Amino acid sequence: MQSAAATMGSHSVEMAQAAVPGPAVQAAPVLEINDLHVHFKTHAGTVRAVEGVTYAVRPGEIVAIVGESGSGKSVSALTVMRLLPPATSRVVKGTIKFQGRNLLELDDEEMRKIRGRDVAMIFQEPMTSLNPVLSIGLQLMEPLFIHINMSDAEAKARAIELLTLVGITDPANRLAQYPHQLSGGMRQRVMIAIGLACNPKLLIADEPTTALDVTIQAQILELMKDLSRRLGIAVIVITHNLGIVARYADRINVMYAARMVESGPAEAVFGTPTHPYARGLLGAVPRLDRPRTSKLQTIDGAPPNLLNPPQGCRFRPRCRFAIDACSVAPERVEIAPDHTVACHRSAEIATLDTAASQLVSQAKTTLAPTTAQPMVDIRGVSKHFAVGGGLFTAKKIVRAVNDISLSVRAGETLGIVGESGCGKSTLGRVILRLDDPTAGEIFFDGTDLAHLGRDEMVDVRKKMQVIFQDPYSSLNPRMTVGQIISEPMRVHDITPKAECPARVAELLTLVGLFPYMALRYPHELSGGQRQRVGIARALAVNPRVIVCDEAVSALDVSIQGQVINLLEDLQEKLGLTYIFIAHDLAVVRHISTRVAVMYLGRVVELAQADELFSNPKHPYTRALLEAAPVPDPVVEKARPRAIIRGELPSPLRPPSGCVFHPRCSIAQASCKTDVPKLEERVSGHFAACPHT
Amino acid sequence: MANISITPGSIARPADAIPKRPNPVWLFIRTQPLGFAGLIVILAYLAAAVGAQWIAPYDPEAIDFTAMLTPPNSEHLLGTDQFGRDVFSRIVYGARTALAVGILSSLFGCTLGAIIGAASGYWGGRIDTMIQRVVDVMLSFPIIVLAMVVVAVLGKRPLLGVDMNLVAAIALPFIPKMTRIARSSTLSIAQMPYIDAARAAGYGDGRIIMRHILPNIVAPYLIMTTAFIAQAILLEASLSFLGLGVTEPTPAWGLMLSGASADFYKSAPWMILFPGLAITLAVFAFNMFGDSLRDWLDPKMRS
Repeated sequence: MQSAAATMGSHSVEMAQAAVPGPAVQAAPVLEINDLHVHFKTHAGTVRAVEGVTYAVRPGEIVAIVGESGSGKSVSALTVMRLLPPATSRVVKGTIKFQGRNLLELDDEEMRKIRGRDVAMIFQEPMTSLNPVLSIGLQLMEPLFIHINMSDAEAKARAIELLTLVGITDPANRLAQYPHQLSGGMRQRVMIAIGLACNPKLLIADEPTTALDVTIQAQILELMKDLSRRLGIAVIVITHNLGIVARYADRINVMYAARMVESGPAEAVFGTPTHPYARGLLGAVPRLDRPRTSKLQTIDGAPPNLLNPPQGCRFRPRCRFAIDACSVAPERVEIAPDHTVACHRSAEIATLDTAASQLVSQAKTTLAPTTAQPMVDIRGVSKHFAVGGGLFTAKKIVRAVNDISLSVRAGETLGIVGESGCGKSTLGRVILRLDDPTAGEIFFDGTDLAHLGRDEMVDVRKKMQVIFQDPYSSLNPRMTVGQIISEPMRVHDITPKAECPARVAELLTLVGLFPYMALRYPHELSGGQRQRVGIARALAVNPRVIVCDEAVSALDVSIQGQVINLLEDLQEKLGLTYIFIAHDLAVVRHISTRVAVMYLGRVVELAQADELFSNPKHPYTRALLEAAPVPDPVVEKARPRAIIRGELPSPLRPPSGCVFHPRCSIAQASCKTDVPKLEERVSGHFAACPHT
Repeated sequence: MANISITPGSIARPADAIPKRPNPVWLFIRTQPLGFAGLIVILAYLAAAVGAQWIAPYDPEAIDFTAMLTPPNSEHLLGTDQFGRDVFSRIVYGARTALAVGILSSLFGCTLGAIIGAASGYWGGRIDTMIQRVVDVMLSFPIIVLAMVVVAVLGKRPLLGVDMNLVAAIALPFIPKMTRIARSSTLSIAQMPYIDAARAAGYGDGRIIMRHILPNIVAPYLIMTTAFIAQAILLEASLSFLGLGVTEPTPAWGLMLSGASADFYKSAPWMILFPGLAITLAVFAFNMFGDSLRDWLDPKMRS
């Protein structure tokens, strides 16, 4: 059966390559979803999570379902697997035909046989979707035992074959390893291998790369694309990230508030997006392949509550082009071959939208003067953590931040970018003195924070504030918004008690919320609104510096643009200085004056934002830029596929010499021994690599 | 700063704007009917405890050899015991000890335990290690032994008819248990970004523990407190049986259940049935009320 799979695979490769524009056109669909309606019962009422979704997936085709959280994109796919909770969910209408059989009519036993064998699923979190107490070999072989009754020896051989297929080196020895011994990227590869174990016809990947770093993300997507083509597997990728689907998806289905609003080949949807929501989504993402704009184009408001959705077109309340006709829900109409859109104004939208987008497309010009005094001056800061260490084992040292010197000038935004584990968040915490530095000095306005006592630090805290990543856990759930915002002013006696409510109202207005929201609890607000509350809380003490630690990473695309614009407005109006820590290169480039790139505890490159992105000097920066997705299939397909090798080494055992040398394409013998210094190459452009 | 215009953002439509906050008391009655029933039972017990002298038809300590072991009848609603004392009157008076000892010791033990546990979990390090080793030692003693030592060493200290040292003795074994639970909850809450945000805002540790951590461990706190009320009543009974708690002839539910009355369980089952029911009902009422209180205090459940 293995050889059969192999021959079938090579056959499909030829088919796929011969087929232009894609393999989609010839083959009959593996999966056809027709007019699917799914409802959830909640104590507050019925949530119509999916309404009238129709799409098909063909062998060897990658179909992306794109939408924001709560748009129903995951629900529609979970329905295919029949994995929705039976007690609260109900498929009201529609059919799901898989190879001609309606999955909704199968009994549980028949469905169980299909799951994992013919239809496999890959989840978002590679950290939690593998069982930590079972070896990966066992988890790989389990579906083989259950679904195809393989013997131990056969299953083991197949497991080794599968690990090789997903690009894991030394597969025979990996079988005995446990999930915690593998990195995130490796685990996701194992998840894919488990999904492929029984030669499925359909693979559903729910946000498969969201938890992964950009360089690993590119590797995984490349692998999925390759496997889909080679083995003729139909793949559904569910994602909120438009960038990643541009390169890999053949078809795009855009969902908004439980409905499909646009559907078509990737080139068409990205090239001529027609639904105002799809246009807005594309405009809200800052792009690396275009000059910076002064403002991001955003979609006003937030997605509707599906308990009580707006009448007619769901997008109407947020739509700039809404007319009276929109109070009736539009049908999906074909505006080009195979490209359907659910909008009454689909014919005229292109002409309507041009005037509006010109407003925001002015290039960003003014940047903070480079001669300004440093507001925060970090000199040789290190932060080491001791981990482990029992009675008989020595403690190990994690060098999270290693001898970093940076200065942040008044009024500028210093972007700090890097993959997870590079130490960027630790650096932020050290600057805020949430963690104490192991060595070095941090000068803020001339005082060295690194050696300040607790009481003296309180005064500094009024001038330096922080905005966190997760808007759900960064606000105390037991306090109202008003209490959250007024607490710092009361504690520090900044505002007299009687004036607090007025000041809270003022701050809420300043961040684009309404004063009455002071009475609400955090859970009553949307993610974007909560992040605005977090910003208002930071502003309550009139700070001069704000550390934004992944401040927009957890937000939906359309909301992310709003918050970035807000941060920029506030900076301009209040003269704030930002330290903007993020992993998203495009966002960092958009908002930053200067950018520092970190890798494994060190700054490898530092320059003006535009200079750094147009003329990267360090091989790691180049690799990051190459791996970063651009939401445009034409650009993506023309770009070289130079995917960075390997994974981020463990900070417990950093490589000798230049920490990047094991993954570097231009590494030389000296890189293994000499630690490169951060040197000025061009005026204001520093890089820690002597070979470029 | 007031006249700053901001790019239109994620502004909610005014239609779904102003939230209507229902009256919290009415909300409790409407959404927590079981808890409200529990509250009524608790209030009834409190009324019995306060107004015992008007409610009880007989003197609870009056011995009547003409009416020994009378089954429940119109004169003695719940019958009499082996000394002819009215069981109903003794239950009504017994509510005083039960509620005072049960509520006070449980509240006292859990509150102290929660604060120590939160501090231990929040500060961590050496303080944590020291507190937890003391807790280990305390947990290694049987509850009854720990309580006995306190009663034996401290003697009696009555305050408004309740022996405060007895309350302390019963509270003591609850402290280490609650400390452990509060500590583990605190460890996970201390990881939350809103605690970092509080530290970054320059709040003192005391404020962070009292204002940001304790309200977020209120759920395990309430569960443990209500569960301990029942245990406290039973522990008080055990101490009484050993002659260390409330002693005869003072009426106490635990005392009525234990000791000599156990000898009459066949011939006079009402002697132990009704005090037992009184305890069960009290425990049930406190549990229901505690669960509902927890839900009602959670802002997420309120909207």
